[in-house]
Formats: sequence, C-alpha cells, structure tokens
Amino acid sequence: MEKNIRLLQGNEACVEGALAAGMNFFAGYPITPSTEIAELSAQKLPVIGGRFIQMEDEIAGIAATLGGALTGKKAMTATSGPGFSLKQENLGYGYMAEIPCVVVNVQRGGPSTGLPTSPAQGDIMQAKWGTHGDHPVIALYPNSVQEIYEVTVDAFNLAEKYRTPVILLLDEVIAHMREKVDLTPIKDKEIINRKKPNGSKENFLAYENTEDLVPPMADFGSGYKYHVTGLVHDEFGFPSNNSKIADVQIRRLVDKVEKNKDDIVKFEEYKLDDAEVVLIAFGSTSRTAKESVDNLREEGIKAGLFRPITIWPFADKQIKEISEKVNNIVVTEMNLGQYVNEVKRVSSDKCKVDFYGKVDGHLITPTELNEFVKEAVK
Amino acid sequence: MKVSNIVKDNFREDKLPHIWCPGCGHGILMHAIARAISNKGLDRDKVVIVSGIGCSSRAPGYMNFNTLHTTHGRALAFATGIKMSQPDLHVIVITGDGDAAAIGGNHLIHACRRNIDITTIVFNNNIYGMTGGQYSPTTPTNDYGTTAPYGNIDKTFDLCNLAQAAGATYVARSTAYHARIIERYIENGLDNKGFSFIEGISVCPTYYGRKNKKGGAVDMMKGLKENTVDIRIANKKPELAEGKLLIGEFHNSEEEEYTARYDKIIELFEKE
Repeated sequence: MEKNIRLLQGNEACVEGALAAGMNFFAGYPITPSTEIAELSAQKLPVIGGRFIQMEDEIAGIAATLGGALTGKKAMTATSGPGFSLKQENLGYGYMAEIPCVVVNVQRGGPSTGLPTSPAQGDIMQAKWGTHGDHPVIALYPNSVQEIYEVTVDAFNLAEKYRTPVILLLDEVIAHMREKVDLTPIKDKEIINRKKPNGSKENFLAYENTEDLVPPMADFGSGYKYHVTGLVHDEFGFPSNNSKIADVQIRRLVDKVEKNKDDIVKFEEYKLDDAEVVLIAFGSTSRTAKESVDNLREEGIKAGLFRPITIWPFADKQIKEISEKVNNIVVTEMNLGQYVNEVKRVSSDKCKVDFYGKVDGHLITPTELNEFVKEAVK
Repeated sequence: MKVSNIVKDNFREDKLPHIWCPGCGHGILMHAIARAISNKGLDRDKVVIVSGIGCSSRAPGYMNFNTLHTTHGRALAFATGIKMSQPDLHVIVITGDGDAAAIGGNHLIHACRRNIDITTIVFNNNIYGMTGGQYSPTTPTNDYGTTAPYGNIDKTFDLCNLAQAAGATYVARSTAYHARIIERYIENGLDNKGFSFIEGISVCPTYYGRKNKKGGAVDMMKGLKENTVDIRIANKKPELAEGKLLIGEFHNSEEEEYTARYDKIIELFEKE
C-alpha cells in the first residue's frame, strides 16, 4: 500500500484517525486546546458525506454525539477540562444506555478554567470517576502524533466492540505538537463495526444479557423500535425498580470491560528486562521519562519505563508483576498524584513507590526527573 | 374490552397503565400525539420520540416507536443529533415546563434558532410534579409550590413568545381540554419542515392544584376551558381576553430547514 507521510499536529492526527476508523458524525463545542479537532472535522466531514454540528454548549455536544450514534453513526466529540466536567452526566448516560462513541479530552491545567493553554494530566481520575455511579470506563492515552492517529482508530474500535463511550485522553503538548505521521490507510479488517441484531423485530432484547456481555445494537430507524433510558432497565430497555435486574445490569456493564482487560489494556515496555527502577508515565510525560531512562542508564542506574496506553481499565496485572521484580517504581504525572495511587494499590510491599508531579503548566524535564529518581533509589 | 386502533398502533400496551396520577392531563396530550401520528400516516419505523426527565418525559416509554428517554433538559440536544445525523427520521420531542424552559432552556432557544425539523410538544403543568410540587418557570407569579411556600416571586415564562422570538417556524398553544384542537396543531407541526413548538397546557391536581386550591381534576379541566381564549377572538375583542391565557396558532412561516441547508454543503462535494 502506498505510503502517505504528512507533517501534522496531534489534534489533526486525531481527526485523521477518526476518519480512518469511519467517523461520519461530529458534534461539539469550541474549547482550547481541543478546538482544531472540531475545526478539521467541520472541514472534512461534508466532503465524505458525513455531518458536523457545532452545538450551543458542551452538554449539547455530547448529547448530539450520542444521538448520532443511536442512528448508527460513528460519532465523536472533543473537549478539554471544563468541558469534560460538563459532559460527565451524559457520559454516564452513554455508559448506562451503552451507546458507542469517542469523547476526546485534551487535558489542560485545572481546576476550573485553570491554565487553558498549558498541559496537565489532572483528569486521570476524572476519566474514571467523573460521572456518578459504578460504570465501565475505557480511556486511552497516546504519546506521539503518530500514535494519536493509531490510538484514535483503537478508540472507535473499542467503542464499537464493547458498545460504550471511549475516552481518548490527550494533553496540550501532544495535541499541539507537530510530527511526522504515516497515514497509511487502515485496512478494512482492522475496523470494527458494532454488532447488529438479525432476529425478529418484535420483542427485540436491546439489552440482552448475552454470553459475551455485549448485546447487539440496532440503529434508530431500522425497524427495531426499542426504548433507551438512563434509568435502570430490563433486557428490553424498559425502566425497572427490580433490585435483581439492577444488580445484573450494572454488573454486566462493568464486567464487559473488566473481564476483557487482556483485549483492552495496551502498553509499551522500554528497557524493562534488567531494570531495577521502573518509571511509569503516560502521554507527553512518558517522552520525558523515556529520555530519563537513557540518561540514568548512562550514569549506571538500571532504569526502565512502563507506559500504559490504556489508562482505564487499569493495567493491574502488568504493574503488579513489575513491582514483584524491581526495588523501585517512580510514577511521574503532571498532577499531584493520581495514577500513582492505583500503582501503590497493586504493588508488592517490597517495592518502594515514589511520585514526582508538577502542576505549574510546564512539562516535566528529564533533568529534574533524573535528579528525583537518583534520590529515590539511594 | 375493545382497544382502539390508535392504542394498538401507537402504544406498547404491555407497558400500560401509565404512572401518571388520576386526573393528570398528560395522558390526553400523549393520546393527541398518537392520533396526530396516525392521521399523518407516518412510517412508524422512522418515528423517533425523545424526552428529557419529569412526568411528561415518561410518555415515550409507552409509545411504540424508536424512543429515547434522556437526561434532564437535554431531549432537544439528543434529538438534534438524531435529526442532523439521519434527516429522514421524523423526530418528535416530548418535554415538560421545567425540562424545556429551566434546565433545558438553552437547548430550546438554539433548536428554535436553527429551525431544525423537530416537532416539540411541551406538557406544561406549571409545576415540577415528579419531584413533588416545586415551582417551575411557568408557575404563575404569587402561586404556591413546595419551594414557594410564601408565594412565587418569579415572573412566569411565556414559552410560545420565547419560541417565536428564538426562530421557531410553527408556534401554537392549546390545552388538554382542547384535545382535538391540539391534535390538529401537532399535525401542523409534523407538516412543518422546520422547528415546531406546541405548548400543551396540562393539569396537575396532585401538586399544583392542591397547593393552590384549584379544586379537583374536573375543576381544573374546566378551568382550562374557562381561563383561555383563542388569539383570533382576542384580536377582535380584546376585552374578552383580559386575565386569560391566549391559545391558538401564533406563528407559521416558511424558512429553509437546517439539515436541508447542510445537505447543500454536502452536495458541493458530490458534484466534484
């Protein structure tokens, strides 16, 4: 296949990835530093017969995205910190009603309006617990422009496969950085489309407790006249107060992600084989951490990097294994300690877990991380 | 018992009876929507009914179409996504006074402004019924609610004026008493290629009626007849309209519909 090499910004690569995955509907609201995703979607979607709409607010942005997904479209919305907060209620609706879509959150400094043009990684826990109640979460976090292109395809595929909204986390640095990207077309077989019903249109079980935990989904307008609600519902989709139905339904929702971790959890390991201290980092911070690993090795410290690409569900198996093998783990994030608490939860008692974080709107540099790791391993 | 074709064709009979209180006006409005759909002969597979949260918003669950019971206030935002992504669907929104005018007010004005082809019916019972009788944007000034124990100091929102000013191309108001008239208005809304706003005044004897000593359901239903006057009569004899609520068709204009405008953008690229 012919290569298509381009120089692109991270946000642009996100749109290219979305289109490669089959995105044909985008609804959103402008917010820095995610706006280019909406702008490029507005430019490109009508060209392929898709549709773009700029809604009146962030809440409407995700609501319209979910509406588009219900008619069978591959739909996406994009936002940043304050907008991600506003979207949480309808994100929960998407989990509950099992509506596949992709929600991009280009993280910026918070809380509140915070630092709109500076990078941060303060939404790691919000991505997991931002909406109320127990729910499944898939959140992915690439660390380069090339990987944004590829992981955006993964985000759509996982949304379709598991019939759920998928969060794509970026940060201001990787979203606005320009790098070389290979946009070689994604092969058809690598694109996943939601499972559709083929049985009777009467008595369709829109929320059937299927063995694979993911019921087939019918498009609105296709003749399966079913009911969708955010209330606890039975297998037909109708509201229920039955405690057994509630228990079965909510457990299935969570299990469809938790029991498929082996399929969903992706990560990169760098120089882990003989590592005595392992750095854990994601997004733009992982680029710093990789540089640190090389620097530290030059100074005789056997360092390695574990980089989760899937932030949620948590890579507990992999991180537990690492903690059983090494003396030190250093987690570094552009926040005051979020992912690190999950690392501590699964780590062996014998392994020391340290944290280096920053919230001043600047990237963590290799120099400061090198110094921190050297102190930590002393 | 013989079940009418209107019920057989449009309702999920196994989901009835509905949850509304005895004497509530919502069932009359819901049935009027069903009759309008039958009268228009819409393809039922292509009809989507969207609602928000509240008493009114339970209606779609009883209706045998593609039905979507969304989050509080957001019905129009979901409906906009549905209509925009698949313009051949007939999209109907059922919402309430709190749902449409308080928490969902922003979505309402923008759906009007876009003139997107959605027919919206507001079941206005002047109160938050499902949460137990709090005052809403359409509770009359000085009336009582559980959160207005000393009288409501808010000014009442005229939703038809709002919809018309915001750009809706069909705007009408009637009541649960005037069941045949509101049925016709809903049909006119379905005919209109653009945003149609139909306010259906309902009655809530359980909360609004009790709090404000409006009598029972029958008294309140009679009140809908006695306290309203058609705009055509009001225009001729303004003295008859004094202190009464105007009903009727307030606005009907032809303007290009939103998804049709977007189709033209798509067509630009099809020609190449």
